[in-house]
Amino acid sequence: MSGKPKLHYFNGRGRMESIRWLLAAAGVEFEEKFIETPEDLEKLRNDGSLLFQQVPMVEIDGMKLAQSRAILNYIASKYDLYGKDLKERALIDMYSEGISDLGEMIITLPLCPPDQKVSKIALIKEKTSNRYCPAFEKVLKSHGQDYLVGNRLSKADILLVEVLYYVDEIDSSLLASFPLLKAFRTRISNLPKVKKFLQPGSQRKPPIDEKALEQAKKIFGIK
Amino acid sequence: MAAKPKLHYFNARGRMECIRWLLAAAGEEFEEQFIESPQDLEKLKNDGSLLFQQVPMVEIDGMKLAQTRAILNYIASKHNLYGKDLKERALIDMYSEGIADLSEMILQLPLCPPNERGAKLALIKEKATGRYLPVFEKVLKSHGQDYLVGNKLSKADIHLVELLYYLDEIDSSLLASFALLKALKTRVSNLPNVQKFLQPGSQRKPPLDEKTLEKAKKIFNIK
Repeated sequence: MSGKPKLHYFNGRGRMESIRWLLAAAGVEFEEKFIETPEDLEKLRNDGSLLFQQVPMVEIDGMKLAQSRAILNYIASKYDLYGKDLKERALIDMYSEGISDLGEMIITLPLCPPDQKVSKIALIKEKTSNRYCPAFEKVLKSHGQDYLVGNRLSKADILLVEVLYYVDEIDSSLLASFPLLKAFRTRISNLPKVKKFLQPGSQRKPPIDEKALEQAKKIFGIK
Repeated sequence: MAAKPKLHYFNARGRMECIRWLLAAAGEEFEEQFIESPQDLEKLKNDGSLLFQQVPMVEIDGMKLAQTRAILNYIASKHNLYGKDLKERALIDMYSEGIADLSEMILQLPLCPPNERGAKLALIKEKATGRYLPVFEKVLKSHGQDYLVGNKLSKADIHLVELLYYLDEIDSSLLASFALLKALKTRVSNLPNVQKFLQPGSQRKPPLDEKTLEKAKKIFNIK
Protein backbone atom coordinates (compact mmCIF):
# COMPACT_ATOMS: atom_id res chain seq x y z
CA MET A 1 0.00 0.00 0.00
CA SER A 2 2.87 2.35 -0.71
CA GLY A 3 1.35 4.06 -3.73
CA LYS A 4 1.06 7.81 -3.76
CA PRO A 5 -2.07 9.32 -2.25
CA LYS A 6 -4.75 9.81 -4.90
CA LEU A 7 -7.01 12.85 -4.68
CA HIS A 8 -10.53 12.69 -6.09
CA TYR A 9 -12.06 16.12 -6.80
CA PHE A 10 -12.78 18.48 -9.63
CA ASN A 11 -9.95 20.49 -11.15
CA GLY A 12 -10.29 23.49 -8.88
CA ARG A 13 -9.43 24.68 -5.38
CA GLY A 14 -12.68 24.13 -3.51
CA ARG A 15 -12.42 21.93 -0.44
CA MET A 16 -9.43 19.98 -1.71
CA GLU A 17 -6.91 22.80 -1.94
CA SER A 18 -5.93 22.81 1.76
CA ILE A 19 -5.18 19.12 1.42
CA ARG A 20 -2.97 19.81 -1.61
CA TRP A 21 -1.12 22.49 0.36
CA LEU A 22 -0.57 20.20 3.35
CA LEU A 23 0.65 17.26 1.30
CA ALA A 24 3.00 19.57 -0.60
CA ALA A 25 4.33 21.14 2.60
CA ALA A 26 4.91 17.64 3.99
CA GLY A 27 6.84 16.76 0.84
CA VAL A 28 4.37 14.06 -0.17
CA GLU A 29 3.90 13.51 -3.89
CA PHE A 30 0.30 12.86 -4.87
CA GLU A 31 -1.82 11.97 -7.87
CA GLU A 32 -5.08 13.56 -8.85
CA LYS A 33 -8.09 12.05 -10.56
CA PHE A 34 -10.28 14.90 -11.73
CA ILE A 35 -14.05 14.64 -11.78
CA GLU A 36 -15.04 16.30 -15.04
CA THR A 37 -18.66 15.29 -15.53
CA PRO A 38 -21.69 14.29 -13.45
CA GLU A 39 -21.06 10.74 -14.72
CA ASP A 40 -17.57 10.71 -13.17
CA LEU A 41 -19.09 11.58 -9.79
CA GLU A 42 -21.85 9.01 -10.26
CA LYS A 43 -19.27 6.32 -10.93
CA LEU A 44 -17.38 7.10 -7.74
CA ARG A 45 -20.64 6.94 -5.82
CA ASN A 46 -21.71 3.67 -7.40
CA ASP A 47 -18.31 2.16 -6.70
CA GLY A 48 -18.99 2.69 -3.00
CA SER A 49 -15.86 4.82 -2.76
CA LEU A 50 -17.47 7.83 -1.12
CA LEU A 51 -18.66 7.19 2.42
CA PHE A 52 -21.16 10.06 2.40
CA GLN A 53 -21.45 10.28 -1.40
CA GLN A 54 -19.25 13.36 -1.33
CA VAL A 55 -15.82 14.58 -2.31
CA PRO A 56 -13.08 15.43 -1.35
CA MET A 57 -11.98 11.82 -1.07
CA VAL A 58 -8.35 10.75 -0.78
CA GLU A 59 -7.07 7.24 -1.25
CA ILE A 60 -4.20 7.00 1.20
CA ASP A 61 -2.51 4.11 3.01
CA GLY A 62 -5.23 1.65 2.06
CA MET A 63 -8.06 3.92 3.16
CA LYS A 64 -10.64 5.82 1.13
CA LEU A 65 -10.81 8.85 3.38
CA ALA A 66 -13.58 11.41 3.04
CA GLN A 67 -14.21 14.65 4.96
CA SER A 68 -11.57 17.39 4.72
CA ARG A 69 -10.76 17.53 8.40
CA ALA A 70 -10.32 13.76 8.68
CA ILE A 71 -7.94 13.86 5.73
CA LEU A 72 -6.02 16.90 6.98
CA ASN A 73 -5.69 15.51 10.52
CA TYR A 74 -4.41 12.17 9.22
CA ILE A 75 -1.80 13.81 7.01
CA ALA A 76 -0.76 16.16 9.81
CA SER A 77 -0.35 13.30 12.30
CA LYS A 78 1.48 11.08 9.86
CA TYR A 79 3.99 13.76 8.87
CA ASP A 80 4.50 15.24 12.30
CA LEU A 81 2.72 18.52 11.64
CA TYR A 82 0.40 18.23 14.61
CA GLY A 83 2.48 19.33 17.60
CA LYS A 84 4.23 17.26 20.20
CA ASP A 85 1.37 16.59 22.64
CA LEU A 86 -2.34 16.98 23.39
CA LYS A 87 -2.13 20.62 24.37
CA GLU A 88 -0.17 21.67 21.29
CA ARG A 89 -2.68 19.76 19.21
CA ALA A 90 -5.50 21.64 20.91
CA LEU A 91 -3.92 24.97 19.96
CA ILE A 92 -3.27 23.77 16.41
CA ASP A 93 -6.90 22.66 16.13
CA MET A 94 -8.22 25.91 17.56
CA TYR A 95 -6.15 28.00 15.15
CA SER A 96 -7.00 25.71 12.20
CA GLU A 97 -10.71 25.99 12.94
CA GLY A 98 -10.61 29.79 13.01
CA ILE A 99 -8.73 29.76 9.72
CA SER A 100 -11.29 27.34 8.34
CA ASP A 101 -14.17 29.64 9.31
CA LEU A 102 -12.60 32.42 7.27
CA GLY A 103 -11.65 30.00 4.51
CA GLU A 104 -15.25 28.80 4.32
CA MET A 105 -16.50 32.31 3.56
CA ILE A 106 -13.96 32.57 0.76
CA ILE A 107 -14.68 29.09 -0.68
CA THR A 108 -18.41 29.78 -0.89
CA LEU A 109 -17.98 33.24 -2.48
CA PRO A 110 -18.23 31.97 -6.09
CA LEU A 111 -21.59 30.37 -5.23
CA CYS A 112 -22.93 33.62 -3.85
CA PRO A 113 -25.77 35.25 -5.86
CA PRO A 114 -24.39 38.33 -7.71
CA ASP A 115 -26.54 40.75 -5.72
CA GLN A 116 -25.06 39.49 -2.44
CA LYS A 117 -21.46 39.25 -3.57
CA VAL A 118 -20.40 42.78 -2.66
CA SER A 119 -21.64 42.56 0.93
CA LYS A 120 -20.13 39.07 1.26
CA ILE A 121 -16.72 40.41 0.21
CA ALA A 122 -17.11 43.31 2.63
CA LEU A 123 -17.87 40.83 5.42
CA ILE A 124 -14.80 38.75 4.54
CA LYS A 125 -12.60 41.84 4.64
CA GLU A 126 -14.11 42.96 7.94
CA LYS A 127 -13.64 39.56 9.59
CA THR A 128 -10.10 39.32 8.23
CA SER A 129 -9.05 42.74 9.53
CA ASN A 130 -10.95 42.75 12.82
CA ARG A 131 -11.06 39.17 13.94
CA TYR A 132 -8.69 36.73 12.31
CA CYS A 133 -5.54 38.69 11.44
CA PRO A 134 -5.45 40.37 14.86
CA ALA A 135 -5.81 36.99 16.59
CA PHE A 136 -2.88 35.45 14.72
CA GLU A 137 -0.73 38.58 14.85
CA LYS A 138 -1.20 38.46 18.62
CA VAL A 139 -0.25 34.78 18.81
CA LEU A 140 2.98 35.41 16.91
CA LYS A 141 3.72 38.46 19.03
CA SER A 142 3.09 36.58 22.27
CA HIS A 143 5.97 34.14 21.78
CA GLY A 144 8.05 35.81 19.08
CA GLN A 145 8.67 32.44 17.43
CA ASP A 146 8.71 31.57 13.76
CA TYR A 147 5.69 29.28 13.88
CA LEU A 148 2.27 29.47 15.51
CA VAL A 149 2.70 26.53 17.90
CA GLY A 150 5.63 24.95 19.67
CA ASN A 151 8.34 26.66 17.65
CA ARG A 152 7.81 24.12 14.91
CA LEU A 153 5.94 23.88 11.61
CA SER A 154 2.41 22.51 11.95
CA LYS A 155 -0.74 22.24 9.87
CA ALA A 156 -1.92 25.52 11.42
CA ASP A 157 0.97 27.41 9.78
CA ILE A 158 0.26 25.90 6.36
CA LEU A 159 -3.48 26.55 6.53
CA LEU A 160 -2.86 30.12 7.69
CA VAL A 161 -0.44 30.91 4.90
CA GLU A 162 -2.83 29.44 2.35
CA VAL A 163 -5.66 31.68 3.55
CA LEU A 164 -3.34 34.70 3.62
CA TYR A 165 -2.71 34.17 -0.09
CA TYR A 166 -6.48 34.19 -0.70
CA VAL A 167 -6.91 37.30 1.40
CA ASP A 168 -4.21 38.94 -0.71
CA GLU A 169 -6.08 37.99 -3.89
CA ILE A 170 -9.21 39.68 -2.54
CA ASP A 171 -7.43 42.84 -1.35
CA SER A 172 -3.69 43.21 -1.18
CA SER A 173 -3.91 45.98 1.43
CA LEU A 174 -5.51 43.78 4.09
CA LEU A 175 -2.22 42.52 5.50
CA ALA A 176 -0.68 46.00 5.61
CA SER A 177 -1.08 46.52 9.35
CA PHE A 178 0.05 43.04 10.36
CA PRO A 179 3.85 42.99 10.12
CA LEU A 180 4.34 39.67 11.91
CA LEU A 181 1.84 37.95 9.62
CA LYS A 182 3.58 39.42 6.59
CA ALA A 183 6.92 38.14 7.81
CA PHE A 184 5.32 34.81 8.65
CA ARG A 185 3.88 34.45 5.18
CA THR A 186 7.23 35.17 3.59
CA ARG A 187 9.04 32.80 5.89
CA ILE A 188 6.69 29.86 5.28
CA SER A 189 6.62 30.59 1.55
CA ASN A 190 10.40 30.24 1.50
CA LEU A 191 10.42 26.75 2.99
CA PRO A 192 11.71 24.61 0.11
CA LYS A 193 8.64 22.38 -0.28
CA VAL A 194 6.21 25.29 -0.01
CA LYS A 195 8.30 27.36 -2.40
CA LYS A 196 8.15 24.54 -4.93
CA PHE A 197 4.38 24.32 -4.57
CA LEU A 198 4.06 28.05 -5.12
CA GLN A 199 5.83 27.88 -8.45
CA PRO A 200 4.02 27.64 -11.79
CA GLY A 201 3.55 24.05 -12.95
CA SER A 202 2.83 22.68 -9.48
CA GLN A 203 -0.45 21.08 -8.51
CA ARG A 204 -1.63 24.29 -6.86
CA LYS A 205 -4.88 25.45 -8.42
CA PRO A 206 -5.70 28.97 -9.64
CA PRO A 207 -8.79 30.95 -8.63
CA ILE A 208 -11.91 29.51 -10.19
CA ASP A 209 -12.95 31.03 -13.52
CA GLU A 210 -16.53 31.29 -14.86
CA LYS A 211 -16.16 28.24 -17.09
CA ALA A 212 -14.77 25.98 -14.34
CA LEU A 213 -17.47 27.24 -11.97
CA GLU A 214 -20.24 26.32 -14.40
CA GLN A 215 -18.69 22.90 -14.92
CA ALA A 216 -18.43 22.33 -11.15
CA LYS A 217 -22.05 23.36 -10.67
CA LYS A 218 -23.09 20.82 -13.29
CA ILE A 219 -21.03 18.04 -11.71
CA PHE A 220 -22.38 18.65 -8.22
CA GLY A 221 -25.93 19.48 -9.23
CA ILE A 222 -25.80 23.02 -7.82
CA LYS A 223 -28.22 25.55 -9.25
CA MET B 1 -4.57 22.42 37.17
CA ALA B 2 -7.09 19.86 38.45
CA ALA B 3 -10.01 22.28 38.59
CA LYS B 4 -13.14 21.21 36.77
CA PRO B 5 -13.53 22.39 33.19
CA LYS B 6 -15.66 25.51 32.93
CA LEU B 7 -17.99 25.90 29.97
CA HIS B 8 -18.88 29.38 28.71
CA TYR B 9 -22.07 29.48 26.62
CA PHE B 10 -25.70 30.40 26.90
CA ASN B 11 -28.08 28.11 28.75
CA ALA B 12 -29.06 25.88 25.85
CA ARG B 13 -27.80 23.16 23.50
CA GLY B 14 -26.40 25.08 20.55
CA ARG B 15 -22.77 24.32 19.75
CA MET B 16 -21.87 23.42 23.31
CA GLU B 17 -24.14 20.40 23.75
CA CYS B 18 -21.88 17.87 22.03
CA ILE B 19 -19.11 18.99 24.40
CA ARG B 20 -21.40 18.42 27.40
CA TRP B 21 -22.22 14.94 26.10
CA LEU B 22 -18.56 14.05 25.60
CA LEU B 23 -17.43 15.30 29.01
CA ALA B 24 -20.31 13.43 30.60
CA ALA B 25 -19.52 10.22 28.74
CA ALA B 26 -15.87 10.60 29.74
CA GLY B 27 -16.94 11.00 33.37
CA GLU B 28 -15.36 14.45 33.69
CA GLU B 29 -17.41 16.76 35.89
CA PHE B 30 -17.74 20.30 34.62
CA GLU B 31 -19.04 23.73 35.62
CA GLU B 32 -21.02 26.11 33.46
CA GLN B 33 -21.00 29.88 33.35
CA PHE B 34 -24.05 30.97 31.40
CA ILE B 35 -24.04 34.02 29.17
CA GLU B 36 -27.38 35.68 29.85
CA SER B 37 -27.03 39.14 28.33
CA PRO B 38 -25.10 40.93 25.60
CA GLN B 39 -23.05 42.47 28.42
CA ASP B 40 -21.95 39.03 29.63
CA LEU B 41 -20.62 38.25 26.15
CA GLU B 42 -19.00 41.67 25.91
CA LYS B 43 -17.17 41.09 29.18
CA LEU B 44 -15.77 37.76 27.96
CA LYS B 45 -14.61 39.47 24.77
CA ASN B 46 -13.01 42.37 26.60
CA ASP B 47 -11.25 40.02 29.02
CA GLY B 48 -9.43 38.57 26.04
CA SER B 49 -10.83 35.16 26.87
CA LEU B 50 -12.22 34.40 23.44
CA LEU B 51 -9.59 33.89 20.75
CA PHE B 52 -11.99 34.66 17.91
CA GLN B 53 -14.52 36.61 20.01
CA GLN B 54 -16.82 33.58 19.92
CA VAL B 55 -18.25 30.89 22.14
CA PRO B 56 -18.20 27.97 22.87
CA MET B 57 -15.17 28.46 25.05
CA VAL B 58 -14.02 25.94 27.64
CA GLU B 59 -11.48 26.63 30.36
CA ILE B 60 -9.72 23.31 30.75
CA ASP B 61 -6.30 22.29 32.05
CA GLY B 62 -5.01 25.85 32.06
CA MET B 63 -6.21 26.64 28.54
CA LYS B 64 -9.03 28.84 27.30
CA LEU B 65 -10.04 26.66 24.38
CA ALA B 66 -12.36 27.92 21.68
CA GLN B 67 -13.73 26.18 18.58
CA THR B 68 -15.94 23.17 19.11
CA ARG B 69 -13.75 20.67 17.27
CA ALA B 70 -10.59 21.74 19.10
CA ILE B 71 -12.40 21.26 22.40
CA LEU B 72 -13.93 17.90 21.43
CA ASN B 73 -10.64 16.53 20.07
CA TYR B 74 -8.79 17.52 23.23
CA ILE B 75 -11.35 15.90 25.51
CA ALA B 76 -11.42 12.77 23.34
CA SER B 77 -7.63 12.44 23.34
CA LYS B 78 -7.39 13.08 27.06
CA HIS B 79 -9.96 10.41 27.88
CA ASN B 80 -8.96 7.76 25.36
CA LEU B 81 -12.00 8.22 23.20
CA TYR B 82 -10.01 8.76 20.02
CA GLY B 83 -8.94 5.31 18.92
CA LYS B 84 -5.62 3.58 19.39
CA ASP B 85 -3.69 4.89 16.38
CA LEU B 86 -3.67 7.27 13.41
CA LYS B 87 -5.87 5.13 11.21
CA GLU B 88 -8.55 4.62 13.88
CA ARG B 89 -8.46 8.34 14.48
CA ALA B 90 -8.98 8.95 10.79
CA LEU B 91 -12.10 6.77 10.80
CA ILE B 92 -13.36 8.44 13.98
CA ASP B 93 -12.79 11.85 12.40
CA MET B 94 -14.48 10.86 9.16
CA TYR B 95 -17.55 9.51 10.99
CA SER B 96 -17.64 12.50 13.37
CA GLU B 97 -17.55 14.94 10.46
CA GLY B 98 -20.46 13.24 8.71
CA ILE B 99 -22.42 13.36 11.96
CA ALA B 100 -21.48 17.03 12.33
CA ASP B 101 -22.79 17.83 8.83
CA LEU B 102 -26.24 16.45 9.67
CA SER B 103 -26.17 17.95 13.17
CA GLU B 104 -25.39 21.36 11.69
CA MET B 105 -28.66 21.27 9.75
CA ILE B 106 -30.54 20.47 12.96
CA LEU B 107 -28.67 23.16 14.88
CA GLN B 108 -29.59 25.81 12.30
CA LEU B 109 -33.26 24.86 12.25
CA PRO B 110 -34.41 27.34 14.95
CA LEU B 111 -32.82 30.18 12.97
CA CYS B 112 -34.63 29.17 9.80
CA PRO B 113 -37.34 31.61 8.56
CA PRO B 114 -40.78 30.07 9.25
CA ASN B 115 -41.66 29.79 5.57
CA GLU B 116 -38.54 27.70 4.89
CA ARG B 117 -38.84 25.44 7.91
CA GLY B 118 -40.98 22.75 6.30
CA ALA B 119 -38.51 22.29 3.47
CA LYS B 120 -35.56 22.32 5.84
CA LEU B 121 -37.12 19.59 8.02
CA ALA B 122 -37.86 17.51 4.95
CA LEU B 123 -34.24 17.84 3.87
CA ILE B 124 -32.99 16.77 7.31
CA LYS B 125 -35.21 13.67 7.25
CA GLU B 126 -34.15 12.86 3.70
CA LYS B 127 -30.43 13.18 4.48
CA ALA B 128 -30.86 11.19 7.68
CA THR B 129 -32.60 8.23 6.08
CA GLY B 130 -31.00 8.48 2.63
CA ARG B 131 -27.39 9.28 3.45
CA TYR B 132 -26.24 9.21 7.06
CA LEU B 133 -28.14 6.48 8.88
CA PRO B 134 -27.51 3.90 6.13
CA VAL B 135 -23.78 4.64 6.33
CA PHE B 136 -23.54 4.03 10.05
CA GLU B 137 -25.83 1.00 9.93
CA LYS B 138 -23.48 -0.40 7.29
CA VAL B 139 -20.38 0.32 9.39
CA LEU B 140 -21.85 -1.54 12.35
CA LYS B 141 -22.95 -4.40 10.12
CA SER B 142 -19.51 -4.65 8.49
CA HIS B 143 -17.73 -5.63 11.71
CA GLY B 144 -20.58 -6.65 13.98
CA GLN B 145 -18.93 -4.96 16.95
CA ASP B 146 -20.50 -2.91 19.70
CA TYR B 147 -18.86 0.38 18.68
CA LEU B 148 -18.13 2.17 15.44
CA VAL B 149 -14.33 1.95 15.55
CA GLY B 150 -11.85 -0.48 17.02
CA ASN B 151 -14.31 -2.34 19.22
CA LYS B 152 -14.06 0.44 21.78
CA LEU B 153 -16.12 3.48 22.73
CA SER B 154 -14.96 6.61 20.95
CA LYS B 155 -16.16 10.14 20.42
CA ALA B 156 -17.82 8.99 17.20
CA ASP B 157 -20.22 6.75 19.16
CA ILE B 158 -21.14 9.56 21.55
CA HIS B 159 -21.73 12.10 18.78
CA LEU B 160 -23.81 9.58 16.84
CA VAL B 161 -26.00 8.65 19.80
CA GLU B 162 -26.57 12.32 20.61
CA LEU B 163 -27.65 12.84 17.00
CA LEU B 164 -29.98 9.83 17.18
CA TYR B 165 -31.76 11.44 20.14
CA TYR B 166 -32.30 14.64 18.10
CA LEU B 167 -33.59 12.67 15.12
CA ASP B 168 -35.99 10.93 17.44
CA GLU B 169 -37.26 14.32 18.63
CA ILE B 170 -37.85 15.34 15.01
CA ASP B 171 -39.58 12.11 13.97
CA SER B 172 -39.60 8.96 16.06
CA SER B 173 -40.08 6.77 12.98
CA LEU B 174 -36.76 7.73 11.39
CA LEU B 175 -34.78 5.01 13.12
CA ALA B 176 -37.35 2.30 12.42
CA SER B 177 -35.43 0.49 9.72
CA PHE B 178 -32.01 0.76 11.34
CA ALA B 179 -31.83 -2.13 13.78
CA LEU B 180 -28.13 -1.90 14.56
CA LEU B 181 -28.32 1.84 15.19
CA LYS B 182 -31.23 1.33 17.56
CA ALA B 183 -29.15 -1.24 19.42
CA LEU B 184 -26.15 1.14 19.52
CA LYS B 185 -28.33 3.89 20.93
CA THR B 186 -29.61 1.59 23.68
CA ARG B 187 -26.18 0.17 24.43
CA VAL B 188 -24.44 3.55 24.70
CA SER B 189 -27.36 5.02 26.66
CA ASN B 190 -26.90 2.26 29.21
CA LEU B 191 -23.25 3.04 29.89
CA PRO B 192 -23.25 4.36 33.48
CA ASN B 193 -21.88 7.83 32.66
CA VAL B 194 -24.26 8.30 29.77
CA GLN B 195 -27.23 6.93 31.66
CA LYS B 196 -26.57 9.45 34.42
CA PHE B 197 -26.38 12.28 31.87
CA LEU B 198 -29.70 11.21 30.34
CA GLN B 199 -31.52 11.52 33.63
CA PRO B 200 -33.49 14.61 34.67
CA GLY B 201 -31.41 17.03 36.70
CA SER B 202 -28.23 16.49 34.69
CA GLN B 203 -26.52 19.26 32.73
CA ARG B 204 -28.09 18.03 29.49
CA LYS B 205 -30.11 20.80 27.89
CA PRO B 206 -33.68 20.56 26.53
CA PRO B 207 -34.76 21.65 23.04
CA LEU B 208 -34.72 25.39 22.53
CA ASP B 209 -37.97 27.18 23.35
CA GLU B 210 -39.16 30.49 21.84
CA LYS B 211 -38.15 32.57 24.86
CA THR B 212 -34.61 31.18 25.04
CA LEU B 213 -34.22 31.56 21.29
CA GLU B 214 -35.16 35.25 21.44
CA LYS B 215 -32.72 35.80 24.31
CA ALA B 216 -29.94 34.01 22.40
CA LYS B 217 -30.59 36.13 19.32
CA LYS B 218 -30.22 39.23 21.50
CA ILE B 219 -26.97 38.02 23.05
CA PHE B 220 -25.41 37.07 19.74
CA ASN B 221 -26.97 39.91 17.79
CA ILE B 222 -28.77 37.72 15.29
CA LYS B 223 -31.77 39.19 13.51
